[in-house]
Amino acid sequence: MPDQGNREAKSAHKRYWRKNLQIMAILLIFWACASLGCGVLFADWLNQFRLPFTGFPLGFWFAQQGSIIVFVLCILAYCLLMNALDRKYQAELQALRNHSGY
Amino acid sequence: MTTQAWTFIFIGGTFAVYLTIAWLARVQDTQGFYVAGRGVPALANGMATASDWMSAASFISMAGLISIMGFSGGVYLMGWTGGYVLLAFLIAPYLRKFGHFTVPDFVGSRFDSNLARVVAVICAIFISFTYVAGQMRGVGVVFSRFLEVDINVGVTIGMAIVFVYATLGGMKGITWTQVAQYWVLITSFLIAAIAISIKLTGIPVPQVGLGASLQPEFSDGQLVYFLDRLNEIQTDLGFNRYTQAFVGAWDKANVFLVTLALMVGTAGLPHVLVRFYTVRNVRAARWSAFWALFFISLLYMTAPATAAFARYFMIQSLNGETEETLPAWFENWENTGLILWFDDGDGEVLYSGTDDNEIFRSGSLGQTELDEVRSQHQQWLDTGGLSGEDGREVLRTMGLSGPDGDIIVLATPEMAELATWIIALLAAGGLAAALSTASGLLLVISSSVAHDIYFRLINPAANEKQRLLMGRLVIGVAVIIAGFFGIYPPGFVSQVVAFAFGLAAASFFPAIVLGIFSKRVGTVPAVAGMVVGIGFTAFYIIASVYGGMSPWTFGVFKNGISPQGIGTLGMLLNFGVALSLTPFCEPPSAASREMVDSVREPEVSEPALAA
Repeated sequence: MPDQGNREAKSAHKRYWRKNLQIMAILLIFWACASLGCGVLFADWLNQFRLPFTGFPLGFWFAQQGSIIVFVLCILAYCLLMNALDRKYQAELQALRNHSGY
Repeated sequence: MTTQAWTFIFIGGTFAVYLTIAWLARVQDTQGFYVAGRGVPALANGMATASDWMSAASFISMAGLISIMGFSGGVYLMGWTGGYVLLAFLIAPYLRKFGHFTVPDFVGSRFDSNLARVVAVICAIFISFTYVAGQMRGVGVVFSRFLEVDINVGVTIGMAIVFVYATLGGMKGITWTQVAQYWVLITSFLIAAIAISIKLTGIPVPQVGLGASLQPEFSDGQLVYFLDRLNEIQTDLGFNRYTQAFVGAWDKANVFLVTLALMVGTAGLPHVLVRFYTVRNVRAARWSAFWALFFISLLYMTAPATAAFARYFMIQSLNGETEETLPAWFENWENTGLILWFDDGDGEVLYSGTDDNEIFRSGSLGQTELDEVRSQHQQWLDTGGLSGEDGREVLRTMGLSGPDGDIIVLATPEMAELATWIIALLAAGGLAAALSTASGLLLVISSSVAHDIYFRLINPAANEKQRLLMGRLVIGVAVIIAGFFGIYPPGFVSQVVAFAFGLAAASFFPAIVLGIFSKRVGTVPAVAGMVVGIGFTAFYIIASVYGGMSPWTFGVFKNGISPQGIGTLGMLLNFGVALSLTPFCEPPSAASREMVDSVREPEVSEPALAA
């Protein structure tokens, strides 16, 4: 492969990795807010409210149910975003290869 | 039909299924033995991971703990599920891309050091044996209570079953058996919870029922939320409100630290990590992390409902009863010592949160000690307090107030007077939970010894046949050691489990994460970090649990740090040591850096296209 193609493949990988870290960081913020935030740090304050239409005090709900729902959604979002990112990266590489006649 | 007849049918039936699967999934090579030939579909791997992960502790003990702890029980719920998010984002896909057989393999290769490999092997074996001991206790409890056989006979039967399918099929046999075991355990857990939820709230979804109103016959016709009623009952009896946050030793700092330690520990547990080697590719590793948490969440979202419903029944069905009117379940379980009644002389049971409480558990007390307390108490009653000793005070000072949490899940169907087959189904579910986890752990032990020690360090020239034989041999020996733990259970099992999580959090997790996300951290900082992390965590736990050291407060934590939460600090220490040594140490070799690059690179050839 010519040098230029190699450099471009490297920079594509760099972009891929940075995007990966970004997706992870954003989802980890959700993860932390739901569990350590709403389920622990602010749980006593949230307990004065109720989850609408139910008997759950809000802090208690986050600690015992809500955070788990958020976790499942976080991983679901991660799978969809990352698998799409993988595909995009592979398409980019393929385009590079075609371009350089490789 | 009696409960016992149903139990025989369910347990016999499920065991037959496990053995059939074992025969169908037998293997002939190390690929199959250690990583199931890397051909497990994501959905099946998710299911297998879920039952691998959900142990006797999750199935039998967790709802009981929540039931007694109320709000603070959330540490287990959040801790043991939140770890999967870390696992899915930070570890699973990369470990799959790396694609060897074990976790010490990754640590050893990335940090280019046999010392790191050996440290990792020791951690893996320690964590696994700790856990297996707990599983065997679960098997013993279920067998002795439901089939009224000797605990030793029960443990031997359980071990024989695991022995057959683990040695025959290795990871492949274990995986497909775990898939079957997931269905047994989740069905039994859900059916019992659904039945109770319908009875109390009229809603067939226990997760929703927990937040709903009580059926009129339980609330004198008033419309009142179940949780509000439970809080009211608790306060009347001198307990804290069930939903109240941060009571007693569980202050905010400790809830935070323990939750985080359990999360990080979960992400570092070797028997869960190795499951991600068994799938086809990185994409499947991501999906199987999702499916694993999804299947786990079905039980973990139900457990808080079971816990709260059981709390309600426990209090309502005991208080005010007399010797004659006590429910049958009480007598069944009294024999196990998990629940005891010491009357104050009025002949009526009182289970309360104050000093007049009459319900206790035997804990680690031996039968002779307990008989002594009983006879002293009888004397104290007969003489009107002139001689003898008040058993309630004795047990209270020993910290044995209230029933043992382990009876909650298994006894709730009896408390709620559900059909006998539901009770029997729960017994089969408890066994499935214990056996699935035990087999996963035994495989980790086998692969650590046979692959990392024997093949990598002692005899790298070993051929396929020798390695497979070694793997089977080690798993066989490990089963026997585990059975020994089941027959002579070490009294410290529950405390040691905290140890396992703390160690995993303070050792594997930082080492693996740094290994993937930094190309700069080399051998010395990583090994130093692991050793300091483990050393610190182990010291704190041993000193405070066995050495009587009072917990550290650092001048900011009011109640001191619980040994269960120390893993969080151990992890931070590990990261801190590794990162601060890094600038002064040599960067990793070119080969290690290349390995990191290849682990970060998504697969180039799409298997879908290749197929």
